[in-house]
Amino acid sequence: MPDTSVSTSPAPLLHIEGLTRRFRDRVAVDGLTLSVRPGEILGLLGPNGAGKSTTFQMLAGLMAPDAGRVTFAGRALALSDPALRRQLGIIFQRGSLDDLLTARENLLLGARLYGLTGERARARVEAMLALIGLADRGDERVGTWSGGMRRRLELARALVHQPRVVLMDEPTQGLDEAAFRTFWAHLKRLRDAEGLTVLLTTHRADEAEVCDRLAVLDAGRLVACDTPAALAARMGGDILSLESADAEALARDVREKLALEAKVVDGRVQVEVAQGHAWVPRVVEAFPAGRLSSVSLRRPTLADVFLQLTGRALGADVPTAEPAPRRRR
Amino acid sequence: MNAEISTAPAPLAAGEPAASPPGTLALQWATVRVLMARDVVRFFRQPSRVIGALAQPVLFWFVIGSGFAGSFRVEGAQGLGYQQFFFPGVVTMVLLFSAIFATITVIEDRREGFLQAVLAGPGSRLAVVLGKALGSSAIALMQASLFLLLAPLAGVSASTLNLPLLVAVMVLSALALTGMGMSLAWWVKSSAGYHAVMSIVMLPMWVLSGAMFPLKGAGTWLSWVMLLNPMRFSVEGVRRALYGAQASLAVGSPMSGAGLEVPVLLVFATVFLGLAAFSVSRRE
Repeated sequence: MPDTSVSTSPAPLLHIEGLTRRFRDRVAVDGLTLSVRPGEILGLLGPNGAGKSTTFQMLAGLMAPDAGRVTFAGRALALSDPALRRQLGIIFQRGSLDDLLTARENLLLGARLYGLTGERARARVEAMLALIGLADRGDERVGTWSGGMRRRLELARALVHQPRVVLMDEPTQGLDEAAFRTFWAHLKRLRDAEGLTVLLTTHRADEAEVCDRLAVLDAGRLVACDTPAALAARMGGDILSLESADAEALARDVREKLALEAKVVDGRVQVEVAQGHAWVPRVVEAFPAGRLSSVSLRRPTLADVFLQLTGRALGADVPTAEPAPRRRR
Repeated sequence: MNAEISTAPAPLAAGEPAASPPGTLALQWATVRVLMARDVVRFFRQPSRVIGALAQPVLFWFVIGSGFAGSFRVEGAQGLGYQQFFFPGVVTMVLLFSAIFATITVIEDRREGFLQAVLAGPGSRLAVVLGKALGSSAIALMQASLFLLLAPLAGVSASTLNLPLLVAVMVLSALALTGMGMSLAWWVKSSAGYHAVMSIVMLPMWVLSGAMFPLKGAGTWLSWVMLLNPMRFSVEGVRRALYGAQASLAVGSPMSGAGLEVPVLLVFATVFLGLAAFSVSRRE
């Protein structure tokens, strides 16, 4: 089984270099260079339009890059090379399950597409059903299943042919908190059981927190790549968040009276300060009663880190959203 | 929902996948087979489709057939009533509708992500096209075979029936039509758009194939369109296989009865399937 520790394996399993894709005159992915280490969970973090999905489509072999090279386990391979395709398990944002087939049939279909046959295919299907905790529901048609169960089956389907890397495009999109946690518990369990390496795209801050490393994308470029803790540590202090009837005016006053860098995010004034607890009384005293409707203090989240790195909010759509060509209605 | 995580280990020791990768050809064949089997299974799991597939040709044959029966007369083909004339046309209609339906599922599969997952796998795009085409052809052939059980009612006798020709024409027609449908479907993003393509291209092709009215009675420009129509060869092929060369010649083109149907349909099937594979492999 491959080594599943994160920091001790410097040799990348999958290395992407200079990956570039243009749509007419706009560059969606701009010279992306990225190393995925064996056994890690690497998240591509960015808002819609940052180039995540384009990168994913290229790695999934559905879109041809304009430039770039991919090395897998030391071998330079074309993205369309069957030798590479066999090593990748892919979960698309849109489900790939057939609603008219049972869970077992869906997995068997996935196994056969990758050349598994007979007893070997069947044994893998049963093992995967057990690993995702759905062994007793294998003969149900998946059309009636909940989003969370379908997502887990997608995971099993992507892994049924024993790939070494799993690629996931916004895997928990639309899942509630409980289903999100169940999905990730299964993913981590599978990662350990199968010695997997995971590369996923996300724009959820809570999902980014559970990755081993994050590659932060903005406007098609890599702006940072580090562990979530190291990225959060780049923000010096705490986040002081103030609420007021007129946020813009308050931000101006905070800048003038307290000489702090204040910006308005989602209708609230945000100030990044060292030793935030010392600032709370000072801020409260600086303004007359009634001016502030709430004052709160928190540790920076990845959403704050993202805002600092790119000047954009993580949840927001970039105006020049990419024309995802295969996603039209 | 069972949120428990099972501890059952996966049989990793059963053999490293890298040690014995399946051959490229085996992979392609697996892709073809899987897609074909899936479409057949899906067909039988949609009762409305099964009922429609059986009832529609029978209804068509009886309703349209008896509507035209009184006014239909062909010189040199005594005893060939409209019900008989129309019977091969309904057989090809079954093949056409089945191909149209299959290509609509291509659009749906693409939207649903199923096709993305297949295309992201190790199978080639030609294998994907062939799998889809064979699956749809299998459904079409089952459907057409059931309808053909009515052949004795349409005056087909054992003396004129040419079974090998019938099978060859039906298989090649099904493949050609599915290939054509898929080459068109790949450029259309919605099933609504595909319905437009269908009613502008595919249905008129059937009407002008000699399925509904004989080539002989048509005006000059129309008969030229009909002569160049690929579906004409399907209709004439089925007619010749069921009623013999004489009957086919009586209502068809000067070339019918010359045995051109199978080679011509073979060319059409190859060209359209190739075109479909080309359309599918054009990556964005």
